[in-house]
This record gives sequence, C-alpha cells and structure tokens, in this order.
Amino acid sequence: MTTTINPELTAEHGEGHGAHANHNLTGFIIFLCSESVIFLAFFSGYAILKLSALNWLPPGVDGLEWRTPLINTAVLVSSSGTIVLAEHFKGKEKLWLFRGFWLLTMAMGSYFLYGQAVEWSGLQFGFTSGTFGGTFYLLTGFHGLHVATGIFLMGLMLVKSFLPGNYVGGEQGVQATSLFWHFVDVIWIVLFLLIYVWQG
Amino acid sequence: MTPTPSLAQGHPQLSWTRYLGFSTDAKVIGIQYIVLAFFFFLIGGFLAMIIRGELLTPPADLVDRTVYNGLYTMHGTIMLFLFIFPVLNGLNNLLIPTMIGAPDMAFPRLNTAAFWLVPVFGSLLIASFFVPGGPAYSGWWSYPPVSIQNPLGNLISGQSLWLLAVALSGVSSIMGAINFVTTILRMRAPGMTLFRMPVFCWTALAAQSLQLIGLPALTGGAVMLLFDLTVGTSFYRPEGGGDPVLYQHFFWFYSHPAVYVIILPVFGIFSELFPVYSRKPLFGYVYVCLASFIIVGLGLIVWVHHMFPSGVTMWMRNLFMFTTMLIAVPTGVKVFAWLGTLWRGKIQLTTPMLFCLGGLINFVFAGITGVMLATVPIDIHVSNTYFVVGHFHYVIYGAAVMGIFAAIYHWFPKFTGRMPYEGLGKLHFVLTFIGANLNFLPMHPLGLMGMPRRVSSYDPEFAFWNVLASLGAFLLGVSIIPFLLNMISSWARGPKATHNPWNAIGLEWLLPSPPPVENFEEHVPTVISRPYGYGTGLPLVEHQDEIERQLTLQEASA
Ligand code: HEM
Ligand SMILES: [Cu+2]
Repeated sequence: MTTTINPELTAEHGEGHGAHANHNLTGFIIFLCSESVIFLAFFSGYAILKLSALNWLPPGVDGLEWRTPLINTAVLVSSSGTIVLAEHFKGKEKLWLFRGFWLLTMAMGSYFLYGQAVEWSGLQFGFTSGTFGGTFYLLTGFHGLHVATGIFLMGLMLVKSFLPGNYVGGEQGVQATSLFWHFVDVIWIVLFLLIYVWQG
Repeated sequence: MTPTPSLAQGHPQLSWTRYLGFSTDAKVIGIQYIVLAFFFFLIGGFLAMIIRGELLTPPADLVDRTVYNGLYTMHGTIMLFLFIFPVLNGLNNLLIPTMIGAPDMAFPRLNTAAFWLVPVFGSLLIASFFVPGGPAYSGWWSYPPVSIQNPLGNLISGQSLWLLAVALSGVSSIMGAINFVTTILRMRAPGMTLFRMPVFCWTALAAQSLQLIGLPALTGGAVMLLFDLTVGTSFYRPEGGGDPVLYQHFFWFYSHPAVYVIILPVFGIFSELFPVYSRKPLFGYVYVCLASFIIVGLGLIVWVHHMFPSGVTMWMRNLFMFTTMLIAVPTGVKVFAWLGTLWRGKIQLTTPMLFCLGGLINFVFAGITGVMLATVPIDIHVSNTYFVVGHFHYVIYGAAVMGIFAAIYHWFPKFTGRMPYEGLGKLHFVLTFIGANLNFLPMHPLGLMGMPRRVSSYDPEFAFWNVLASLGAFLLGVSIIPFLLNMISSWARGPKATHNPWNAIGLEWLLPSPPPVENFEEHVPTVISRPYGYGTGLPLVEHQDEIERQLTLQEASA
C-alpha cells in the first residue's frame, strides 16, 4: 500500500535527511533560552514587589549578610573557568585531565550548595515571612535546584567518560552540561546583584 | 527508471493498534493528539451545554451557583489546554515533517513524552470534579484572591489540581515547542530555504516561539500561586505585602501570546488552503511570512489590554492601547493577502474551503470587536461583560475551530488514505456557521447592555438575546454529530484517496496517502521554487513529473 520514490531520482541529495543527524544541542539551547524566562519572571516579580513594598524587611531583620555569600559567589563563578578547562582537555583527548577539572567543578558547585545551606539555616526569617522571605527563598531555592541539577548532570557525564569508546562522537552531553553550568552562573550573578547588592 | 519493487513492498500493513500505545512516529502521535483532543472537546462541549441550559432562563434554576462557577472554569480550561492546544499540536505533528520533507520530528521520544502528558494532566483535571469542594471555580485565569482561598483547608483541592494540571500542560507544550522549532530549523528538505517554506510552517515556528518565550512566565507565576495556596506565602496576598495584580501580569504575559499560539497556525491553514481552492498563488507570500513574526514581536507587548480596569497606571493604559492597535496592522496584511488570493480565483466551494471562508468572515468580525476592546474608554465600559465573551468566542470558535475543521477535512485523505464525505462535511459547515453566529453574536448586544460574564442568573431584560445564544449553542452541539459520523465512517470505508486528491502543491502531496513511516526516507526531493505555484506551471521540486508518474503508477497497480 505504501511506496518509495526511486532512489536514483534523489540520491544525489543525501544531506537532506535530518532525522538521524543529531540536533540535541540545538534543542538544548532552545530549552535554556526558554528556561531563562522563568528566572526573568521571578526577577521582575522580586523587583516589583520590592519597589512597591511599604515594609520590605520582616520585623527584626535588617538586611542580609553579604560577605560569606560573596565568597560562595566567587567559587561558583570561577567554576565556570574550571569547566572550560575541562572541556579544553577533552578536546585535546587528555581524558584524565578532563576528569580532574570536571570533578573540581563538581566540588566547587557542591561547596556553593553547602554554603547556601549553611546560610539558610542561620537566617531569622522563613519562606512565609512576607514577600521578602518568600522571594528570597524562592529565588535562591530555584537557583539552587539548578545547581544541584548541574552537578547531577556532570556526575552522569563523568560516569559516561569511563564507558569504553565514549567521547569519540558523544561529547554533546559534555557541551550541553557545560552550557547549562554557565547559564546557572550567569543567573547567579544577576541574583546576587538583586538580592545582596541591592539592599537599599 | 522503473519503480523499485523491493522498496515499494517493504512496508507491511500497519495495525491500527499502534494508535493505542507509545509510538514515536510523528504521524501516529499526530492522530493520537487529534483524537484525544476531540474526546476532551466533547467533555468541554457538554459543560458548555449545561452552562447555556442554565442561561436559557433568567433565574439560577438548573445548577447550584458554586457548581456553575466550576462549570465555566472547567469549560474554559478544558477547551484551551485539552482541546485547542493538543489539536494544534496534532496538526503540527502531521504537517511539519511531511511539509518540509523530514522523516520524523527531531526528537521522537520527547514527542512521545509530550503527548502522553496530555492524558495525564487531562485525568488530573477531570479528577478534580470528584474531590471534596469540587473543581476549581476561579475562572480559567485563576486570579487571586479567589484562587488562593482554600475554605476546606485540604492540600488536594480543585484549585491545586488545576494548578498541577496547568503546570504539566506547560511542560508538555515546552517539550513540543522545542521539538517543532528544532525540526523546522534543522530538518528542511534540500533547497527549501526559509522563504520557500510553506506558510503553515512559518506560523508554526512563530507560534511555538511564543510558547517558548511566554509559557515560562506563566509557570513562574503559577508556582508562586501554588505556594500562596498551599504553604501560606504572600506573593499575591495584600495583607502580607503581596500584590494580586502581579499575578495578572504573569498570567497575561503568557495568555495574550497564547491567543496567537492558537490563531497563528490557523492563519497558516488559511494561507495553505485559499491558494488550493482558488487555484492562484498566495498573494504577498513574503509579507505573510514576515507578518507572522511581527505578530510575535508585538504580541509580547500588548498583554495589559486585559487589565485596563485592574489598577494599572495611565501611561500603561495608553501604551498598551497603542501597541494593541498596532497589531491589527500585520493581521490586516494577512487578511488582504487572503482576499488578494481569492480575487478572481477559480473558487471551489469544497468543505475545507467553506470552513476557511466562514472562518475568515468570523475572524474579521472578531478583529473589529478586538480593536473596540483595545480602546480604553470602550473597554472600561464592557470589560467583564458578555461583549468580551462574544469577542473571544468569535476568534476561537468562529475562526480557530473552523480553521481547524478546514485543515482536518483538507488533510484527512493524506493521513488516512480515505476521502471524507462532502455531503456530511457541508452539513457540518452549515450547522457550525449558523450555530456559532447565533450563539456568539447575541453576546455583543448583551455586553453593551451591561450583562456581566460568569453569572448564572440575570435580569429578565437580557432574556431575549440569551435564548437566542442558547439555541445557537445547542445547534453547535448538534453540529458535531455529522462531523463525528463523517470521520468514523470515511476512515473505516470511505473511497480510497489518491496521493493528491485536491490537486494541491506541496511536499506532503508528493507522498503516497497515507505516507510511509519515514515519509521520503533518504530520497527527499530538492525544492526548486516557492510554494503555491498554482496556475504558473512551475514545478515545486526537481524531477516532479517523474515522482508523480511513479505515484500514479503505484496507485493504479494497487
Ligand atoms: C485584532 C486582534 C485582536 C485584538 C485587538 C484583541 C483585543 C482584545 C482585548 C482588548 C481584550 C480584553 C477585553 C477585556 O477583557 O476587557 C481581548 C480579550 C480576549 N481576546 Fe482578543 N483581540 C484580538 C484578537 C484575538 C485573537 C486572535 C484571539 C484568540 C485566538 C483572542 C482571544 C481573546 C480572549 C480569549 C480574550 C478574553 C480572555 C478573558 O478575559 O477571559 N483575541 N481581546
Ligand atoms: Cu489579548
């Protein structure tokens, strides 16, 4: 009942069939663009609520401590550098150096999460303490979730690097994870500026 | 150059049971989407019948007032998230790969997952009828403070299930959008540059871009609503410093573009079908393509026109009145392009063409009421009245659903291999066109007289128009019968369709009906001209005559 056109007619245009080519990276970049809009929504919600608030800080709270978070920030931002190094060594086929810097990036990400957990546990206000508490935990929590996801993805890629024959053509996962990590970093910088720097 | 029998006989007769399981084939998923969407269309339509039954008489006599609130909330939610979006995604699945010559979607498994989320959130939403307190009752827009009231104090309430369902719908739509955009950008046939791409694909690309930009904002806003509802944060609670209008911004930042997610593909359908049934090239093809993206740009900066009475500042009202009126320009360009296509064409009044023409008429009417609504002084007067309900039903039923029916009749032979019956189709058209106008036209005088929306009882002075509207609604209810009859019986034993029963131009018409699993497989023809070369004699692809000759030969030998 079905039919196929004579291959001779069209065989010279072999580049036309895309389904078996790999578009994962395109798809992933589109996903990241879309995901950034959620953060944009949260950021603008934060700004609007803060600008229109009569009493922004809950009673008894006078601002956020910013020194330790600044150190965390430094660690997270420099992990964007270590992941670039890791990718660089993968390109040179120095797999062990790749693994080393990849692991270092994971460690720095974990340090950031740990730092955030410590910060959360020492705070005087909770999620339901007005719009300040709500937006603070919403933003840092949602971002933290992304950091955790990034670390998880890196773990997957690390395991994959031990499978024989991998990373010959399958490095798109590494590229995607690294893009994701830069994304998480950039978001954090905006977040840090909004929450910790803009306290006035 | 003889057909290659080994390849031609390579496909076994596929069993219909593949429609019941997890398939990764876009053509199977497309039909799954459409069939499931019509299942929900029947449920949503049934709710509408109860609503119009209640409104037949001034007092609230058919259902309880709280039940009534649940009815219109669920009607709107089901129709949008479980009918219109899924049915359009079904068309995307069928048409995008075949129109651009791709064997499948870019991410077939993602496609499967996106589809199967629909029955999941659909069941969640339906399940909310059976939880204590009943389904959500705060309207399809779920504005706080109504939507963050939780009188029974249960974690699982109609409203929280509603939020969960809408969130899953968002996830499914994003998965779909990533797939459609990647497929269109990366998998076009050789020679098919962007300006040789069918307009339907342009509009799909535009609509899916809007999903990608807009939906996350709604998701963000909905997450905050869920926290307000369940754990007691106060993002939208004025008593805790929150701002209920903030939610409206999030909601409309997506939901205004969402109306273009609905109508853009329908513009695409009009642009595909008018040339076929007037045997002329699409007038102003390039402008029609570009207008889609101008609509995307403008569509993102008009959302406040839904909030004119909601406490927004004067400069916002003026600005958004202006942008909203601007959007009529690219829309008007398209309308002119269609009229220019029809002008002096050899019009063939087939069922799909009738649905397109009816849809176009309704759309122009809705555009006029839309511009009226965009005018702040008029909007302040009629916002939250039946005038708005009339406006958007003209667009959504009158134009979008009619366009979707047109598409279904037009591409039915391609994907089922059977012809639909013209007589039943025309009956369906007449009932739909009369029913829709009888149902939705009276809503305009009602709104101007001041009848508010979302009420189950009204002043007797409104009775006349309401009776007319209800009669129209019941007619629409009846109109679905010839449609379903037609679909089922012609699929089961309609006459066999050839590869190109309408004499249409397009890659999908150079495939057998139904197309094989991987469409052109490795042998994708090279596109050498713009689409819609009707009456010009220009071939669309290289070796077109040979391809068609082979298809005809195979049809003759089958
Ligand atoms: C020329 C184009 C259009 C203009 C100028 C326009 C304008 C408007 C305005 C100003 C409103 C707000 C009325 C109010 O709430 O007071 C509105 C409501 C609405 N429009 Fe349109 N519109 C246009 C096209 C469309 C299209 C194409 C669709 C759908 C496919 C659509 C769907 C809706 C819906 C669903 C609502 C009401 C939502 C609700 O309040 O529940 N409109 N329109
Ligand atoms: Cu709008």
